[in-house]
Amino acid sequence: MVIIRSAPGPIVLALILTLTFGATAALLTVDGSGGLTASDWSAVRFTLLQSMLSAAISCALAIPLARALIRRRFPGRAATIALLGAPFLLPVIVAVLGLLAVWGRGGIINDIITPFGIPKLNIYGLPGILLAHVFFNLPLVTRFLLQGWAQIPATQFRLAAQLGLTPSARFRIIEAPMLRAIIPGAFLLVFLLCMTSFATALALGGGPKATTIELAIYQAIRFEFDLGQAARLALTQFALCGAAALLALSLTRPQPIGGTIATPDIWPAHSRAIRTQDVAFLALLIPFLATPLALLGINGTAALASGLPTGLPKAALTSLTIALASATASALMALALALWLTRLSRVQGVVVEGLGILMLAASPFVVGTGLFILINPIASPFALALPITGILNAAVALPFALRTLVPALRESEQRFGPLSQSLALTGWSKFRLVTWPTIQRPMGFALGLAAALSMGDLGVITLFAPPGIETLPLFMYRLMGAYRMADAAGAALILMALSLALFWAFDRGGRLGTHTR
Amino acid sequence: MALILDNVEIHRGSFHLNANLTLKPGTSTAIIGPSGEGKSTLLNTVAGFITPAAGRILAEGSDITQSPPAGRPLTMVFQDNNLFPHLTLAQNTGLGIAPNLKLSPADKSRITQVLTRTGLTGLEGAYPPNLSGGQQSRAALARALLRGRPILLLDEPFAALGPALRQEMLDLVQEICATEALTLLMITHNPDDALRICPQTVLVAEGTAQPPHPTQDLLQNPPTALKSYLGI
Repeated sequence: MVIIRSAPGPIVLALILTLTFGATAALLTVDGSGGLTASDWSAVRFTLLQSMLSAAISCALAIPLARALIRRRFPGRAATIALLGAPFLLPVIVAVLGLLAVWGRGGIINDIITPFGIPKLNIYGLPGILLAHVFFNLPLVTRFLLQGWAQIPATQFRLAAQLGLTPSARFRIIEAPMLRAIIPGAFLLVFLLCMTSFATALALGGGPKATTIELAIYQAIRFEFDLGQAARLALTQFALCGAAALLALSLTRPQPIGGTIATPDIWPAHSRAIRTQDVAFLALLIPFLATPLALLGINGTAALASGLPTGLPKAALTSLTIALASATASALMALALALWLTRLSRVQGVVVEGLGILMLAASPFVVGTGLFILINPIASPFALALPITGILNAAVALPFALRTLVPALRESEQRFGPLSQSLALTGWSKFRLVTWPTIQRPMGFALGLAAALSMGDLGVITLFAPPGIETLPLFMYRLMGAYRMADAAGAALILMALSLALFWAFDRGGRLGTHTR
Repeated sequence: MALILDNVEIHRGSFHLNANLTLKPGTSTAIIGPSGEGKSTLLNTVAGFITPAAGRILAEGSDITQSPPAGRPLTMVFQDNNLFPHLTLAQNTGLGIAPNLKLSPADKSRITQVLTRTGLTGLEGAYPPNLSGGQQSRAALARALLRGRPILLLDEPFAALGPALRQEMLDLVQEICATEALTLLMITHNPDDALRICPQTVLVAEGTAQPPHPTQDLLQNPPTALKSYLGI
């Protein structure tokens, strides 16, 4: 009985390890002799440079933004804080289109500045990649910091006020320790996310000066079909990400997203200078985040008014199918693993964290390259584009699902374990009556997150997909490549709506009919 | 049902507790003693959540030392988390009859009867978070009644209730134990609780659970370990 119930957990773990390590091992089988070329090195340098800059800018801007959001009360404040959760769920290619509508050649910034004789902005290359990465990660780091501030007990601020601490003393004594705890982990997480952010580099990078390692892999496979070079680059990427991920393990890593953020009213009056500073940051950064989203809505609606681009319904259906299948697979794998892990109190943390690290180090792109090399001698990798995309999407979402499920299961077991034992509640009865109701909400969240991430993913599919087979993000990217911007805007709006709707539906569904406190 | 702890030794890291005592059928016994001396450990060992390092636990002559918690002729009311917040009162108490909640009409009318008897008339469909603390305690007792086990263990389930409500619950426990002829073993921090419904008391202190002693006598002539705990 015990064996039957715990078997799925180890099987899932074995599957994941086989997938990641098997694919990485496949990279070693290719003759990659000759070492890294000059252009490979330049890709390595560029990847590290843009990741460092993206992480530094995101963290540097997040501190004043979070402080302003905590200190100031203004209409739309709650909506702004809620909006900070959106970029994580937003498909990368959609956000890129939104940013191009603001900063691109035909964007509104150029519309404003050209009449004054200022030369047109061109954001392709490093500036565009940085803009996109800050757009994604500034809200993420801001949310971590808001959580950090919310966790400082209100009594500390009252005590500071009573003792008449100067702003700088208050910062040193109360806020600096919180920032020291959060910023290093946040910086490294953003760094890793930018190292593996393929779609951004694909859409905004390129050329000898702005090619990331993953983009170089893509070019090696798609344009030159040089599997040796692809393998060399993938191993380099694996080594770099692995090192960064191991470094991250030694720091407290904040939870990527989830949960509502309480922002207690802790800071009363402020000097004029502080108020001006807060208002300035809010006035700059909120439009920076909101305008691309607003333009996506406006341009998309206008484009859709003249009809759907041909091929969109088919691509949308393909994406929905992959998203639902991979979300289900991801949530079931996470559940099997979590049920097994809660019974192994000693190693559970190691496995959960270890898997998270592994999925960051062995990024889907690296594993995808390995799978391509593995499959190539046996069958056409191009025919397997969709199943492979689904499997890798499920694996990517697994660590997030585990991080929400394991604590929920552990709490359920702590609260109701002895009671269930004394009532002879075991097996299916226990799962149905005790376990499921207590994990319904995290399961809904995990499913929603996995579905939204999969829906918007534009990664390995680009390595594998033959013409005619496409997910909605790939369809959209191909429209952009053909300069059909109006059609791309329509597709972007639909893709964004579908991603957010998937997350919303599952997350809401998990809350239905629960009476848990 | 008689309960015997025969040279039981409990080891939890550096913590040790010995118990060698007999509770006669139908008696009510309080467990009293300083915090951290092992009152809950003792009760959890009897209930089967902790396996003793040595010795035997006997219920009416049969050895239950290795039995799982649900297989012992006893039922325990915990300090908290006695009820599943997502199940109705009827379901929560119904678990005392069938752990898979497959309840016959006869079972359901029994549930209604017991709920009425414990002062919860008409609350079958209520969810625990919507009940008062006293009602939640009553529901836990109702399920204990439905389980029909001859030994009742209470791990301070009424500690969070106010004085009047606590006395009310203790009287309900006393009434249930009398009519069902239950053997009661309950932890308390309050000497008055022990005096109210438990004629005898087990003192847990200095690594030993001592054999039961008349409560009145123990509280009037407390040994040193109890004296400092009571503050006299």
